Amino acid sequence: MIRDYISISFNSLRRRRLRSWLTMIGIFIGIAALVSLIGLGEGLRVAIMSQFGSLGSDLITVQAGGVQYGPPGSGVITPLDKENADNIGKVSGVKFAIPRLVETVKMEFNDRVVFSIAGSIPDGELRKEIESMFDLKVKQGRLLKDGDRNKVLLGDAFSTTSIFGRAIKSGDRVKINDKQFEVIGIMKKTGNFMLDGALIINEEILRDLVDKPDDVSLIAVKVMKDADMRVVKENIEKLLRKERDVDEGEEDFSVELAIDALESLNSSLFAVQLFVYIIAGISIVVGGIGIMNTMFTAVLERTKEIGIMKSIGAKNSHIFILFFIESGMLGMVGGIIGILIGAGIAKGLAAIGAAYLGSDLIQAEISFGLVFGALAFSFIIGCIAGTTPAVRASKLNPVDALRYAK
Amino acid sequence: MAMVNHKTVIKLENVWKIYKMGEVEVVALCGLSLEIKESEFIVIMGPSGSGKSTAVNMVGCLDIPTKGRILLEGQDISHMEESELAQIRGRKIGFIFQTFNLIPSLTALQNVMLPMVFQDIEKSEREKIASNLLRRVELGDRMRHRPNELSGGQQQRVAIARSLSNNPDIILADEPTGNLDTKTGKVVMDFLHSLQEKEKKTVIVVTHDPTLAKYADKVAYLHDGKIIKLTKR
Repeated sequence: MIRDYISISFNSLRRRRLRSWLTMIGIFIGIAALVSLIGLGEGLRVAIMSQFGSLGSDLITVQAGGVQYGPPGSGVITPLDKENADNIGKVSGVKFAIPRLVETVKMEFNDRVVFSIAGSIPDGELRKEIESMFDLKVKQGRLLKDGDRNKVLLGDAFSTTSIFGRAIKSGDRVKINDKQFEVIGIMKKTGNFMLDGALIINEEILRDLVDKPDDVSLIAVKVMKDADMRVVKENIEKLLRKERDVDEGEEDFSVELAIDALESLNSSLFAVQLFVYIIAGISIVVGGIGIMNTMFTAVLERTKEIGIMKSIGAKNSHIFILFFIESGMLGMVGGIIGILIGAGIAKGLAAIGAAYLGSDLIQAEISFGLVFGALAFSFIIGCIAGTTPAVRASKLNPVDALRYAK
Repeated sequence: MAMVNHKTVIKLENVWKIYKMGEVEVVALCGLSLEIKESEFIVIMGPSGSGKSTAVNMVGCLDIPTKGRILLEGQDISHMEESELAQIRGRKIGFIFQTFNLIPSLTALQNVMLPMVFQDIEKSEREKIASNLLRRVELGDRMRHRPNELSGGQQQRVAIARSLSNNPDIILADEPTGNLDTKTGKVVMDFLHSLQEKEKKTVIVVTHDPTLAKYADKVAYLHDGKIIKLTKR
């Protein structure tokens, strides 16, 4: 029987097509905002996760100074040095500690100049460790080898037209800090936007190029499998405090676990998402009030119809169901349209972002949970908004309702 | 047509209806008593303000009296809840209104099916009954039309078909010809008459039009909320 009521309700919505659409706009703007913002937020989270995913959770990063802008370790008063790295390598629980140089370099290709981040890669056994740590693989050419001079390995982003207006292929020649380099390979996409946009150069070559023979930007520390990450971290901090002669609480260096960074990012992303939920929630509630308004108008407008239905045998509950379904439908159809529009906006923005920025950081992640949640939410809002008008309609006295003139 | 042995279907016993309009009390019915027998064609006549509409509401179980009793087939409905009354109306009384009162968003067929929806009758059954009824009022080719695509006479025929959909014993028509031209009005009245003649339905027509009295077995003249004259043919 419920199908009959749905069809009657649908007919009366269709008769007031314009108003039904206008009412639904309120809901679908809210739902579209919710779906697109959460979709993009979720996409951002996934992109950032994959970035950390490529770092591995058994990694500790040591840097001089605290929070900073620019490449890691740059602009620090007391930089780290190779001796620090050697000593960290001796801390119990540490498998190895690799000092790395990360610098901004000037890069020229296709008559354009771009500043990019160049990272060093050490010779020997440690090269393999770095390669596995960052999961470096090539899609063109090959990885760097010991003794490669004036050869550079480029991130995946360089193989698109977005950076230089022309895709770079392995074998091409580029100028880095005014020196000629041969592109020896292009890395496979990692999803890590920093890595995908970076240059990798053998350590000694990079040191010569930027004229920094001893500086260390960061020390990548790999912890042994059975070691306690927190204990190792504390031991490294203890060691560096002693070496750099600073007291606890006044450290001019930071020792970060990849997991901690992930957690702090997650919590700030959550705050952003919560904000988005609240904004979208408010707009949906406003949409719900729109539905309520429309339903009250509908009850008033159809007072006579209600009287007719009652005179031909409709019980109060029948009238309630009819109006309740109608308002639930307004909510749900508004929700479906909102989901489609929201998903479209999110995917569209992600596509535009990818095309202009060449970055995978802007992605849209429209999950089943999001779609289902948005749909349920809009339906529930519609039902809640319709309850009071439907109760009012059902309680109308048939005599008064029949006499009611528009 | 003498109705000597027929049983009473509706009985109004000293019915009062008093409306409160703010501070003022308006007495619409004052001690109305009326007995309507099975298969009777009764016309209730009176000028406007005579309490006709209130009487229709009472007879049609749309409203309950302030004082007095209304018995429908022996059952006292004077104190019933609205939803109980609705069920009784749906099953036992078919309404026909002056302004047709069809639901504008529904087709002729859907309008005729509507009373059966409220009685939880299966869809296939509903469709069968409704299309038969529409054919009976010669609207077999207008089933999918909405009210605004039908003439006044056609709309009233849809309304008649709707009033018959739950096969009620009583047909209550409130000024059924009021919005129709004389010719169409006659068609409608003849149809109502045939319902009484052939199907033994009780037909109650409320009107201010004296020409309709000729169809009636009994005419009740209403004035100032009570019956001032009752004539039988």
